[in-house]
Amino acid sequence: MTTGAVGRAYPRLEGREKVTGTARYAVEYPVDGVTYGWAVPSAVVRGRITRIDAAPALALPGVLAVLHHGNAPRLAPGPEPDLWLLQEPAVHYRGQFVAVVVATSLEAAREGARLVQIDYDAGPHSTVLTADHPGLYRPDQVNPSYPTDTAEGDFDAGYAAAPVRMDATYRTPAYHNNPMEPHATTAQWRDGRLLVHDSNQGAVAVKAALAELFELPRESVRVITQHVGGGFGSKGYPKAAVVLAALAARQVDRPVRLALTRQQLFGPVGYRTPTIQRVRLAADADGRLTAICHDSITQTSTIREFAEQVAVYTRSMYAAPHRRTTHRLVRLDVPTPFWMRAPGECPGAYALESAMDELASAVGIDPVELRIRNDPAVDPELGRPFTSRNLVGCLRDGARRFGWADRDPEPRARRDGRWLIGTGVAGSSYPARARASAAAATARPDGRFLIRIDATDIGTGARTALWQVAADALGVPPERVEIQIGDSDLPPAGVAGGSMGTSSWSWAVIRACEALRDRLRETPGGVPPDGEVTAEVSTADEVREQPALPRYAYGAHFAEVRVDVDTGEVRVNRMLGVFAAGRVVNPTTARSQLIGGMTMGISMALHEEGVLDERYGDWVNHDLATYHITGCADVERIEAYWLDEQDSELNPAGVKGIGEIGIVGTAAAITNAVHHATGVRIRDLPIRLDKLIGLSPLA
Amino acid sequence: MRPFRYHRPADVAEAVAVLADEPQAAYLAGGTNLVDLMKLGVQRPDLLVDVNRLPLDAVEELPGGGLRIGATVRNSDLAAHPAVRRDYPVLARALLAAASGQLRNLATTGGNLLQRTRCVYFQDTGKACNKREPGSGCAARHGQNRDLAVLDWSDLCVATHPSDLAVALAALDAVVEVHEPAGPRDVPLAALHRSPGEHPERETTLARGALITAVRLPHLPAARRSAYLKVRDRASFAFAVGSVAAVLDLDGDVVRDVRLAYGAVAHRPWRAYRAEEELRGRAFSPQLAARAADAELAEARPLRHNGFKVPLTRAITVRALTELAERTPAP
Ligand SMILES: Cc1cc2nc3c(=O)[nH]c(=O)nc-3n(C[C@H](O)[C@H](O)[C@H](O)COP(=O)(O)OP(=O)(O)OC[C@H]3O[C@@H](n4cnc5c(N)ncnc54)[C@H](O)[C@@H]3O)c2cc1C
Ligand code: SF4
Repeated sequence: MTTGAVGRAYPRLEGREKVTGTARYAVEYPVDGVTYGWAVPSAVVRGRITRIDAAPALALPGVLAVLHHGNAPRLAPGPEPDLWLLQEPAVHYRGQFVAVVVATSLEAAREGARLVQIDYDAGPHSTVLTADHPGLYRPDQVNPSYPTDTAEGDFDAGYAAAPVRMDATYRTPAYHNNPMEPHATTAQWRDGRLLVHDSNQGAVAVKAALAELFELPRESVRVITQHVGGGFGSKGYPKAAVVLAALAARQVDRPVRLALTRQQLFGPVGYRTPTIQRVRLAADADGRLTAICHDSITQTSTIREFAEQVAVYTRSMYAAPHRRTTHRLVRLDVPTPFWMRAPGECPGAYALESAMDELASAVGIDPVELRIRNDPAVDPELGRPFTSRNLVGCLRDGARRFGWADRDPEPRARRDGRWLIGTGVAGSSYPARARASAAAATARPDGRFLIRIDATDIGTGARTALWQVAADALGVPPERVEIQIGDSDLPPAGVAGGSMGTSSWSWAVIRACEALRDRLRETPGGVPPDGEVTAEVSTADEVREQPALPRYAYGAHFAEVRVDVDTGEVRVNRMLGVFAAGRVVNPTTARSQLIGGMTMGISMALHEEGVLDERYGDWVNHDLATYHITGCADVERIEAYWLDEQDSELNPAGVKGIGEIGIVGTAAAITNAVHHATGVRIRDLPIRLDKLIGLSPLA
Repeated sequence: MRPFRYHRPADVAEAVAVLADEPQAAYLAGGTNLVDLMKLGVQRPDLLVDVNRLPLDAVEELPGGGLRIGATVRNSDLAAHPAVRRDYPVLARALLAAASGQLRNLATTGGNLLQRTRCVYFQDTGKACNKREPGSGCAARHGQNRDLAVLDWSDLCVATHPSDLAVALAALDAVVEVHEPAGPRDVPLAALHRSPGEHPERETTLARGALITAVRLPHLPAARRSAYLKVRDRASFAFAVGSVAAVLDLDGDVVRDVRLAYGAVAHRPWRAYRAEEELRGRAFSPQLAARAADAELAEARPLRHNGFKVPLTRAITVRALTELAERTPAP
């Protein structure tokens, strides 16, 4: 029995608060006696701190303390070496936080940070990823727990024997997540308990990490995360800000607010690793793939291993008898890379979907048709049928909407004045996963209901989606449902990441609502007038017992670009995506996720690039004036559609997740379109005008 | 941020007098550049002299033609001024191609001309920069220099001037009215900024404490046919990687007069006198425009990452002039 809230377009529940500025973010809560923390980054890449002179900073009026490895409260080793902050003099990368200044005003804290004198003993460093770096090694597994390498058949023989082959190497630079709201925390210690208002994508992990680091019982830590100004993966795990704020608050025995600066978001909070990817494809004369090989090279830090699963996308996207994927890694003197929207799939699909386009040219088959011909009936990895696989449906629907039919495959054959015009396509996929979560549902005597779950709304509309799901599961109009999220005192739930927020949380919410309805049926007389009835459930057993089946969302991305024949400027005339992602709970917020992902893909293809200066060992363009992110004027026309898809092997709500798939195929669609427009194949992103300038010899 | 004092002077004379006595003071206009640099620790004034309330916010049409633009006229107001749109479209275009709407609402005429370079090393106190700290070295010379100069740089500094407005004003032969401790003075826009040479920390030819009070545009009927072409790495809200301001006056198809200035190529807005010479008196053609650009760019010395700026500047020179020529009505 449903009332039909799911599938309807509701505005965000907190929309009004957000646009009127009353929604509070992590460092906006009024707190009595609050002080301000300012993180101090290291000025060297690799070395040791030999001396810290805090006196000049402490002499500044308003400065209360300077914390550093010599005086900061001791932390237990904790879950992750990156969080073991201010504990030792070692410096692993430029920009690593080595001190925190606490003051009664933000301005004094900032100036104090400048006045802290730090001497280092610095050694030589290596910060540039190269394909022949002597430090390359084979990690034991890649994120989160995939095999490092896979092989089936005999790739070398299969490749050598094929009539049509392509072999190319693609490069992507470091990309920085850059959420609008920086990583930020207000930390308060009260009677040995720690309360943090924190900007993150999952309070459960923050609470666990703080409890471990500060050796507290978990009940003594509370994490409140009502509103989050984005994360794009970089807040998927606790990061420096929350630990530094808690350390500082303990040291000065007052509440501390600490927000990272924009510059500090370039490194210490993670970034998408640069990649070097070689893809080789072979096919028969009909374009049927006979051999696929995808070799990925990425970087990690000397602090810990982060092995991005770049080639994993290729393992299940297209099939061939001879297949191989490999991952190699090198430890550089850089910050640890981390998740960024569709880690693995996003850079991996850029390479594979570009390679498919090159193969389409080589074999003389339309790139949409090539993908349709190579759509596998069963998952090449698991050998089992997909729970649903609608890549072909997306391609066909997208081709129809975009007007792909009759496309002339000839590159550089269309011109509109000074502009060369081209179109491109790419496929995409993203795993549909779910994690265990708990939720509670309460019936009140006035006929209203309360849903409680420690889910996190990072701006996606998750709060609203769960509210809709709950209303249907309770069989009541949504106006009678209230929902509370974003507080670690609520039943614990998984991270807002991996496109599994809604799938995981809605599962728990639905089960809690079902349990509540059962209970109400068993309660003669209904909810007592002065009481309430609550059911709390966890999906841990159910999620664990779910059979391992290939579950994926799919997409088809189409782009039309124009390239200025003289200056090499690239503009995207239109971008269109069609997705098969299970059930769509809220068309308004779903569309925002999909076009947001696609916009970020345009950004990846054309604009973003962390430019590293190897002498200094950091990215020189570390603000939003110099690290360009696609702006509104760069997105002229963008459309997202989805197929009606029912898949009963997913989760009770039947959703696959839509946060990431929008970015996955976009960069390849654009670069394929640039090739179609110009005849030039750019294989290192981003495609900026200097890579295309001079297509026509002028005058 | 270094603690600083704040002063609001009653008039121009007081403003200049206060600054003359305070070696660490700076004028505050829109603050869109200065305040950013203060937060970054790049500029550390101990006194801000706020010029926003001085009576310098008018645009006056001058009796014999021409305009006087007050130093605190906001970029957005100037771009929207009917006389600017009618008589100096190159100026309106340059202003609107810069920054964002919000910034233009604050940014002033004077502040825009004196904004500092966007060289990323200049903006990062952890890196060597002769402009910020004379004698410390130039990290950009052999570093990431895609956005920096191809003309007239020195081994001590390869920075560019970032302003779009200044490029248009250079083409228009604008005159900057300044009030120095020694008294008022007129400075041609083309002589306002310096080459980096041995002293990249000295960016203008103004005396210490000089206050820009206005910018004067000469009567220049030809400027009604003028254009600003800006190329950047995204469609909006980015500094130029190449720009050209052009005024073209044709007699039939013969170039009677032409004004050409380049942005993003040098430490100052680059008036392309040599290209103008090449063009003047000749029958216009795109080929001629290309030859003129080549003459101007013959002395370009690209750095490791910015060789593309030479063909880019050439391409936009040809395009800007050709489009203007095509717009010229038959006599
Ligand atoms: C993200 C971003 C993007 C931008 N993009 C562009 C762009 O594309 N193109 C472009 O041209 N600009 C761009 N700008 C720069 C912007 O145009 C300048 O910051 C602005 O014009 C400066 O004017 P202001 O009044 O705010 O100056 P302020 O910041 O107040 O002052 C700048 C300097 O001028 C001095 N000063 C100010 N007024 C006077 C005066 N009357 N006499 C003497 N000295 C004075 C100050 O002491 C200071 O040194 C951008 C800025 C930002 C932040
Ligand atoms: S180019 Fe000029 S501004 Fe840039 S680092 Fe060198 S000296 Fe400094």
